[in-house]
Amino acid sequence: MTATPAPKLDPANTHLLKEYKHDSPLLGCRFDPSGQFVFAGAQDNRIVRWHLDSGKKTLLEGHKSWVRALAFAAKQLISADYAGRILFWPADAEMPKPTRILDAHRGWVRALAVSPDGNTLASCGNDHLIKLWSVADGKLVRELPGHDCHVYNVAFHPDGKHLVSADLKGNVKVWSREREQLAERELDAKILHKYDGGFLADIGGVRGMAFDADGSLLACAGITNVSNAFAGVGNPLIVLLDFQSGKQKQLLKPKTPFQGTAWGVVVHPSGFVAGVGGGNGGMLWYWKPDNAQDFFSLKLPNNARDLALHPDGKRLAIPFFDGVVRTYSLEPAPTPPKPAPSPKPAPKPKKG
Amino acid sequence: MLCSYSCGSSDHTLSRRGFLGGALGFGALVLDPMMRPAFARELQQQQKRVLMIWLNGGSSQLETWDPKPGTDTGGPFQTIATSAPGVHISELLPYTAKQMHRLALVRGLNTAEDDHGKGSVIMHTGRRQEPAMKWPHLGSVCAKLLGDRDNPLPGYIHITPRGNGGVNSEDAAFLGPRYASVSLSDGHAPANLDRPTNLSTNDDQRRHELRIHADRRFLRSRRTAMTEAYTQSYEQAEQLMRKRDLFALDKEPPAVVDRYGRHDFGRHCLMARRLLEGGATFVKVSHSNYDTHHENFDFHIEQVGEFDRPFATLVEDLHERGLLSSTLILVASEFGRTPKINRNYGRDHWSRAWSVALGGCGIKGGSVSGKTNANGTVVADGQVHGGHLFHTYLKALGFDSKKNFYIDQRPIPIADPKASPIAEVLA
Repeated sequence: MTATPAPKLDPANTHLLKEYKHDSPLLGCRFDPSGQFVFAGAQDNRIVRWHLDSGKKTLLEGHKSWVRALAFAAKQLISADYAGRILFWPADAEMPKPTRILDAHRGWVRALAVSPDGNTLASCGNDHLIKLWSVADGKLVRELPGHDCHVYNVAFHPDGKHLVSADLKGNVKVWSREREQLAERELDAKILHKYDGGFLADIGGVRGMAFDADGSLLACAGITNVSNAFAGVGNPLIVLLDFQSGKQKQLLKPKTPFQGTAWGVVVHPSGFVAGVGGGNGGMLWYWKPDNAQDFFSLKLPNNARDLALHPDGKRLAIPFFDGVVRTYSLEPAPTPPKPAPSPKPAPKPKKG
Repeated sequence: MLCSYSCGSSDHTLSRRGFLGGALGFGALVLDPMMRPAFARELQQQQKRVLMIWLNGGSSQLETWDPKPGTDTGGPFQTIATSAPGVHISELLPYTAKQMHRLALVRGLNTAEDDHGKGSVIMHTGRRQEPAMKWPHLGSVCAKLLGDRDNPLPGYIHITPRGNGGVNSEDAAFLGPRYASVSLSDGHAPANLDRPTNLSTNDDQRRHELRIHADRRFLRSRRTAMTEAYTQSYEQAEQLMRKRDLFALDKEPPAVVDRYGRHDFGRHCLMARRLLEGGATFVKVSHSNYDTHHENFDFHIEQVGEFDRPFATLVEDLHERGLLSSTLILVASEFGRTPKINRNYGRDHWSRAWSVALGGCGIKGGSVSGKTNANGTVVADGQVHGGHLFHTYLKALGFDSKKNFYIDQRPIPIADPKASPIAEVLA
C-alpha cells in the first residue's frame, strides 16, 4: 500500500501506538482508504474491524476459511479466503454483511489488488491463475494463465497499465493490460524459493509485494537460505526490483541475524522500505533502497504476519499470531510531561 | 556368536500353510506358462498380500482422515463427503474420497510416543521400543507368515524415495535376514540386476555354485546374523534377476502412467501394483515428507495432493484386477500432528489422538473406529494403540493374532498380548 502526500518521517521514531485484540491468530491486515478503520483477517474465518480512535471492534462473518487477502475499492472492502471465495462488504456500515460473493478460485485465494482507477479487481490463488473482475458488477473480465504453481501475490502498477503477479517459485510476471493474455515479461525473485531435497517439498514464495509510489521499484518479500524447510530454518529477504529494467536493485536483509520469513513489505512515499518478519519471534526492519542492510529495526512482541501503511503515511499496522493488531507511529513519541516540581518544605518554626 | 532365529522346525514354524490351512504356493505356480488365466487369477486371489503406505515424518490427521473445520484447531481446509455414507475427510483427498467405501478409518489412535524413531517402531512392530528386545516389522512378519519360499521376490519390499537400496536385516529381528526388508531406492530395481554381458550363463552358474559351496562350509562353524544376511542378499539378488521385468515401468501404457502421475510417488505406486500383481507378499511405499513444524498447510497441500491420486488409483486398480479383497492396505505414519497450530503455521508431533486408514483384505469398507473430541485434542471414544493395529492387520489377513513365534523353544507372542483386534473395522 502506498500513500500520498509523502510526509518526511524518521523511522527511528517508530513506537507502539495501540493494541487491538482478537481471540484468534491473525493473518493479514489493511487500513481502509478513509483511515478510520483497520481490518484484519483471522484464523477463525472472520474479519475483524477496529475503529482506530475508539477501538470499537466489529466482527464480519461470512467466510468459510482463513482470510489473508484484503483490498478496498472506494468504500467497499473486498476480502478473500482459503476456500476460494471473494466477498464484497460495505466497509463503514454499522454491521457489515456481504453484498456479493464470488466463487472465484479452485483452492486458496492468496491475494487481491484493486486497480488505481478502482474499476478492476485482481485475484490470484492456488489454481495457478490470476483473475480480473469488474468491481462494479463482480463479473469475471479475464483469466490470466501462465504460472505453473500457486500464485502468491498480485499488484497493480501505479500507472494502471500493468499488473504483476508472483508465485511460489519466485517467478514474477508483468502483464500489460492492453495484452493481458500473455505475460509481457518476467522478473526474477527466485531467490525466495527452494525445493528442499531433504524433505522433497517446495518452500518459499512471494509472501508480500508492493510498488513504490511512482512504480519504479517493486519489493518482494519472503524467505531465503532455507536449510530446513519443515522447521522454517531460513532468513527473511526483500528482493527489490527495478521495474523498468527488470534488474535486481537490491537484496534487503536484516543486519542482525533472524530466522524466519518476511511476511509483509511496504515502500513508504518518502522512499524507505519497511518489512516485517515472523519466525523466531517478530521484527520490523527499515531499509534504504541503496543499502542491503537495515538502518533501523524494532523487535516485535510476537510473530508478525503482514504489514500495512495508513493513508496518512505516519502509521503502520501489523497483525500478529497472538491475535493482536498493533499500530505503530513513525512520528516522535510524545514527550512525557515533566513531573511537577515538589513543593519546598515549609520552614520549620523557630522554637521560641 | 551364533544367532537364534525363530526355528524352522515343523512344530514351531508358523507358515502361511499352518495358518491358512494349506493354500497352494502362488510363486511356483504363477511361473507355469501353461496355467490357464482363470485359474491363475483364482490362485492370485487366494494369495494374501499387504500394501503399506508410509507417510514419512508424521502426516496430519486433521488434513487427512479426521478434519475439524470451523474449530480453533481445524486449519483452513474444508471437509468433503466420500463414497462411504456419513464419512467425511479432508478436501485435500478428493480421489481417495471416491474409494472410501473400500477403506476404513481408525480415528481413536493414541500411541503416546512423539519421537520419530520410537513412533516408527510402534507403527511397524505393534510394540514400544525395548532395550532388550527387537521386534520384527509387520513386513517381516507377513513375509514369514504369508510368503512362499519358492517366490523369487523378497518377502518384504520397501520402495523408498531415495537412499542406496539394499537389505535392512534389522527389520526382521529374530525372524532372521530371510525376512528382512529389501529397499528399492526411487523404485528402481537393485543395481546390477542384469548379468554382465561378458559373463556366459554357464560361467555365471558355476560362479554361483562355487559361492554357495564356500558359504555352506563357512556357515557350518560361523553362522551369525551377519553371515546369514550376506548369504541371503546374494540369494535375493539371484531371485530378483528372474523377475526383472516387474521393474520395467516402461512396459506400462502411457495412459496408465499418467493416471498414477509421473512424479516419484506416482511411479512408486505403479511399481507397487506391478510387484503385488507379480506375487510380492508385502510392499511398503514411503512418501516424504510430512514433518511440518513450519507451514503445515502449504506443505500438506503439496504432499497430500501428491499422495491422493496415485493412492486412489492404486486402490481402484487392485479392485479392478480382483486383488483388493486379498490385499490388506494400510496408510500410516510415526504419529499425527498437534491440533494446536503453532506460530509458524506449523503443527508439531502429536500421538495422543490421530488416525490411520486401512482397506482391502479383511477390512469392512466404509467403517470408522474411534472418535476424537470436537477439536481433535483427545480420543473421545474407541481408543486404541499400535498393538491393537498389529492384531487387526493379522486378523484381517486371516491369522490368529494370539499365536506365538518360537525362539529356542521359547514362545514369543506375535502381537502384543495385552491388545486385541479392532472389531469395528474388520469384515
